[in-house]
Amino acid sequence: MKVVVDLNRCQGYAQCAFLAPDVFAMHGEEALLYDGQPDDTWRLDVLRAEAACPVKAITVEGTGAMWATEGAGVSDGG
Amino acid sequence: MAVDGSLERLRREGRIVVVGASLAGLRAAETLREEGFTGTLTMIGDEPYEPYDRPPLSKQVLLGRVPADHTALPRRRAIEAQWRLGVAATGLDLSAKRVALADGTSVEYDRLLIATGVRSRPWPNELEAGLDGVFVLRTRDDATRLRHRLKAGPSRVLVIGAGFTGSEIASVCRERDLPVTVAERGPTPLSGALGSVIGDVAAQLHHQHGVDLRCGVMVTGLEGDGAGRLRRAHFSDGGTVDAEVAVVALGATRNTEWLAGSGLAAGPRGIACDAGCRAFDVRGIVADDVFVAGDVARSPHPLFGYQFLSLEHWGNAVAQAAVAAHNMICRGEERRPHLWTPYFWSAQFGVNIKSVGVPNMADQIIVSQGSLGEHRFTAAYGYQGRVIAAVTFDQAKWLEFHQRQIEQAAPFPPPFTTVDRRAEGMRPVPAGFPDPSVPTHGPQVTVSGHSPTDQRVTFTPA
Repeated sequence: MKVVVDLNRCQGYAQCAFLAPDVFAMHGEEALLYDGQPDDTWRLDVLRAEAACPVKAITVEGTGAMWATEGAGVSDGG
Repeated sequence: MAVDGSLERLRREGRIVVVGASLAGLRAAETLREEGFTGTLTMIGDEPYEPYDRPPLSKQVLLGRVPADHTALPRRRAIEAQWRLGVAATGLDLSAKRVALADGTSVEYDRLLIATGVRSRPWPNELEAGLDGVFVLRTRDDATRLRHRLKAGPSRVLVIGAGFTGSEIASVCRERDLPVTVAERGPTPLSGALGSVIGDVAAQLHHQHGVDLRCGVMVTGLEGDGAGRLRRAHFSDGGTVDAEVAVVALGATRNTEWLAGSGLAAGPRGIACDAGCRAFDVRGIVADDVFVAGDVARSPHPLFGYQFLSLEHWGNAVAQAAVAAHNMICRGEERRPHLWTPYFWSAQFGVNIKSVGVPNMADQIIVSQGSLGEHRFTAAYGYQGRVIAAVTFDQAKWLEFHQRQIEQAAPFPPPFTTVDRRAEGMRPVPAGFPDPSVPTHGPQVTVSGHSPTDQRVTFTPA
């Protein structure tokens, strides 16, 4: 699964670091470090973190049917 | 401009080409599909990778917390694109509406989006740049190589340039317990972006964390050993430092060379475009079918005196891409302006640094909350009596308020009292930006000799 955090929006509430500590970690008081491609083991934790972020800064890519069409055609990268 | 029938046809079965498969290119592609474009979408990128995120490269990737290939950007939706990755665009024929590619093929378009971004400025001396141990940091591959070398535990790392990237690299080195020297031409780190008042705070962070910070000097030469490995660096003040690794962090160059001769207003400062992201041609007339977004774009911002801003900001790439994509496939009166207020962040030495507005337009600064000495504060920047920017160190929550202040042209110094205001924040002081007439980076080249046949070019770093 792929994750990205808009760190312009992030205000250091640290909800994600509480809910998915294997993926998100505070670095100092406010700065956030995270793994952009965490193992699917943490999927539920990451989705909880995404939902709990007070400023909605976390984007998670789904792995459901919507993505199945991607890769048709000359897709050597997507 | 398209009349309705042809616009409908464009949206249904047109060909849109996006040159640049990074953050801006990807977000533009998503917006195009989101807004109902069902034609052919071609994504061209010179790197072999799907779009990835760059900010983590100088932070968690170099720290060794995540590998560089864990930075692929999540898709917000399927984009059903034809991907041409690992092949650079080499030319643009505006009248034939065709992009030439490095593999000799070409792609025709009805609408083109240029999002080719920037690349890191290399060390100007090619021989020295080629020494084993000399790095730049911009791409995923750069990060992988540098991470590998830092992991090997070099005796000392030299960082050339103390802007945001250079400072973040120095911070990572200290966190990995590597000895690091930082050479900066300006009076303090970050002085070009934030001024020397805040730059002094950044310098304190360097010192506190054991960085050998040298300001007001330039690196005049990199010296290798017999095997072509970096051994030593020479400074303009006569000093030297022995280092196995040097990271050149001297800013970026815009990827516009491939547009030379195309007729677009493209140069070293980017591609000029209107606030609706339509590219200007060399005559200053907008090209209806060519749009620009991200780091490579230069667009006028009404909030900042219609100054053409080119911003190497993550959030700008996202916002501008969405506006460009929308405008590419809508009627003229439905076009939107790109009025994004500049926003960026950096994390170094455990401190979260954020900025809104355009600090380097300012002449004065006031610490409105907290204290510089505590490295936790909010500073507002003033320009001709109005708030033009704000910077926070570990006080990100206040930035949104300051964004509104900037957008409403609030007076400077702020007339209201704030919580946690200290004595040092009672009156504004000069922000300490470098004189814009003095170059801050890049080599100076001089020509000597008496006759044209005798002319020599001399590289003068200091």
